[in-house]
Amino acid sequence: MNKPAVEQMRTIDRVNATLKQRYNRECRFRRFGLGAVLLGLLFVGLMFLNIIGNGYSAFQQTRILLEIDYRAEVIDPTGARDPATLSSADYAALVKSSLRALFPAVQGRGEKRELYGMLSSGAFLELRRRVMADPGLIGTREQLWLPVDDDIDMLVKGYIDRRLPESERRLDNRVVAWVEQLESTGAIEKQFNLTFLTGGDSREPELAGIGGAVMGSLYTLIVTLLLSFPIGVAAAVYLEEFAPRNRWTDLVEVNINNLAAVPSIVFGLLGLAVFINFFGLPRSAPLVGGMVLTLMTLPTIIIASRAALKSVPPSIREAALGVGASRMQTVFHHVLPLAMPGMLTGTIIGMAQALGETAPLLMIGMVAFIVDIPGGALDPSTVLPVQIFLWADSPERAFMEKTSAAIMVLLGFLILMNVIAVILRKRFERRW
Amino acid sequence: MINNRLILAAALTAAAASSVQAASRDYISVVGSSTVYPFATVVAETFGKTTAFKTPKIESTGSGGGLKLFCAGVGVEHPDITNASRRIKSSEVERCASNGVNDIVEVKIGYDGIVIANAKSAPQFNLTRRDLFLALAKKVPNVNGGGELIDNPYKTWQDVNASLPATAIEVLGPPPTSGTRDAFVELAMEGGCKTFDFIKAMKKQDKKTYKGICHSIREDGAFIEAGENDNLIVQKLESNPAALGIFGFSFLDQNADKVQGSIVDNVAPTFEAIADGSYPVSRPLYFYVKKAHVGKIPGIQEFLAEFTSDKAWGEEGYLVDKGMIPMPNQERSQFAADVKGLNILRLAK
Repeated sequence: MNKPAVEQMRTIDRVNATLKQRYNRECRFRRFGLGAVLLGLLFVGLMFLNIIGNGYSAFQQTRILLEIDYRAEVIDPTGARDPATLSSADYAALVKSSLRALFPAVQGRGEKRELYGMLSSGAFLELRRRVMADPGLIGTREQLWLPVDDDIDMLVKGYIDRRLPESERRLDNRVVAWVEQLESTGAIEKQFNLTFLTGGDSREPELAGIGGAVMGSLYTLIVTLLLSFPIGVAAAVYLEEFAPRNRWTDLVEVNINNLAAVPSIVFGLLGLAVFINFFGLPRSAPLVGGMVLTLMTLPTIIIASRAALKSVPPSIREAALGVGASRMQTVFHHVLPLAMPGMLTGTIIGMAQALGETAPLLMIGMVAFIVDIPGGALDPSTVLPVQIFLWADSPERAFMEKTSAAIMVLLGFLILMNVIAVILRKRFERRW
Repeated sequence: MINNRLILAAALTAAAASSVQAASRDYISVVGSSTVYPFATVVAETFGKTTAFKTPKIESTGSGGGLKLFCAGVGVEHPDITNASRRIKSSEVERCASNGVNDIVEVKIGYDGIVIANAKSAPQFNLTRRDLFLALAKKVPNVNGGGELIDNPYKTWQDVNASLPATAIEVLGPPPTSGTRDAFVELAMEGGCKTFDFIKAMKKQDKKTYKGICHSIREDGAFIEAGENDNLIVQKLESNPAALGIFGFSFLDQNADKVQGSIVDNVAPTFEAIADGSYPVSRPLYFYVKKAHVGKIPGIQEFLAEFTSDKAWGEEGYLVDKGMIPMPNQERSQFAADVKGLNILRLAK
């Protein structure tokens, strides 16, 4: 205690001597930390900028205003209004004659072919849909905005350079002149692209949509949630509250932790071998996809749920047992509700992981071209990340913006799920 | 707990219901090559839109994977059609037969050209298949002659052929799992390889060594495996004018403002040159139909009719718009007749 004054001086000297250095060290460390965070933010920002910059234009689709004459002799020559006749009528001919009326100067087979090629090959479907919905249209005339071919769409959106020499462009001068003529009269414009959000997949970029993939993802996630949440929570509750501590439970615990690190493609192979080859479930179905993703997300949910159960103070259990509750009542009336917010977080993180997964689905046939929007967990379907993967590999340039736009939608869903997780957690926390 | 039990029960019932559902299928199931995928999907989509049948489901599994699934057996759980960017092998026909898949209808749908392209900003290459072999093979004949093979010493294109530019050899191509790679190796590399008489002579004596020499691509960094995504290769070429890339003709067709195809053996990779067979690096595309499924799965015959109609695979058909090279008229009408009669494939032994 009573140290000589000389020595005290020496200590304070030593402190003073290194003080500046220590401050500098702390300052440096803070800067490194800040730098790391900023670098991370910069990359995230760049990614978002790149994706949004590439993808925002996919939410618009160029359309041409055409005056359609629903000629009765083309659609329904007999006048019987038979749905079969109406459905198989030559609507493309109506679209073609409207286009010819817009450009009366176009002559010759080649030139006409080029003119018809300006409109999407699926434009006539819109006419069919309208007539099927309201046969009263037959015999009338109507102004209709119809989607253009993807090349024209790219031209109007500025992805094809009009100043390039004709030989290097996908569209020749004639078509560009037609588009410019339409632009000058205002008969061509970019409109909100509802097809992109509601439509199924298509090989024509202007008709392709993520509706089918979103529904597929939804069914897959519902199956995953219905299976993985109860199983995961039950496993966690048993292991944490009821299981005896012995070598077997240790082994189970180690294996659950190991499973969390298994590459997801392995679960796909397992799903192929067990669910499809052994149990004979259909390929490409969200049911099988959901079961495979359940295997994948189970470890995540079990680990998170066990952590949540561990964080419930033992005094709650002791108090419940003390007033005569059974162990089961203790767990289900007191511990589980308290642990629920943590379990939900774990589940939603697992679901988000499942939403973004492609590799295991590759093995069970969900990487497929599916046009019809699935109506249930047994219909063949694909999921959002797979749709992104398929579009990224398509030669048509217009699919590039669709790819980025689909990524935007996927990111949107992920953010939404995280927001729901936060809100749910907050509400549960308020109650207890 | 009761809720959980209900949910589990519901899931199990769903699983049970699905095996009942698997007993019948009302859509066509197609698997196979990723090269044929863009063409098959267009036909499927048109078929779904213009008929009362459901749109066929098309999986992109690769030619080999598709044939494996296809040959697994007869029944609704197995695919009806498989696409292939090469012809079925006799070993695959045998495997099919051992699983009870006996009657297979072969349909050739057209051709696909493989192009060796570089950025528009660089000069166009004028290559021969021999140049390609010398530039990309793992082992090449010693320049001093004598029929000796040495590790590929060439660093620049000029080393390979004095008329080529003095830029380093850098080629972006597909990985070995890709059908495009198989075709490139078979058509371009082997084509160049055969121009050396002593290697050609080897083919008769020792086919394995011959293949080993002609089909091995160098692994010292001059050939870069750029993944299955051809769009990515196009993007990389654009930013690196010194590199060449290998991909399918439809990607050249779509990106004619960014990249140019190299001339191979004095023929440029144009639509016409691939169609008339003068461009040397082109391959036929096929699909195979399980005859036992025709009549069991609704719509197969109609789907085949759509595929082999002139408005699809004809010279002005919509498949041509997607970058497929059509067959000559005579070949087309012959295959169309085969399809109509569902004539069974017979491989020459």
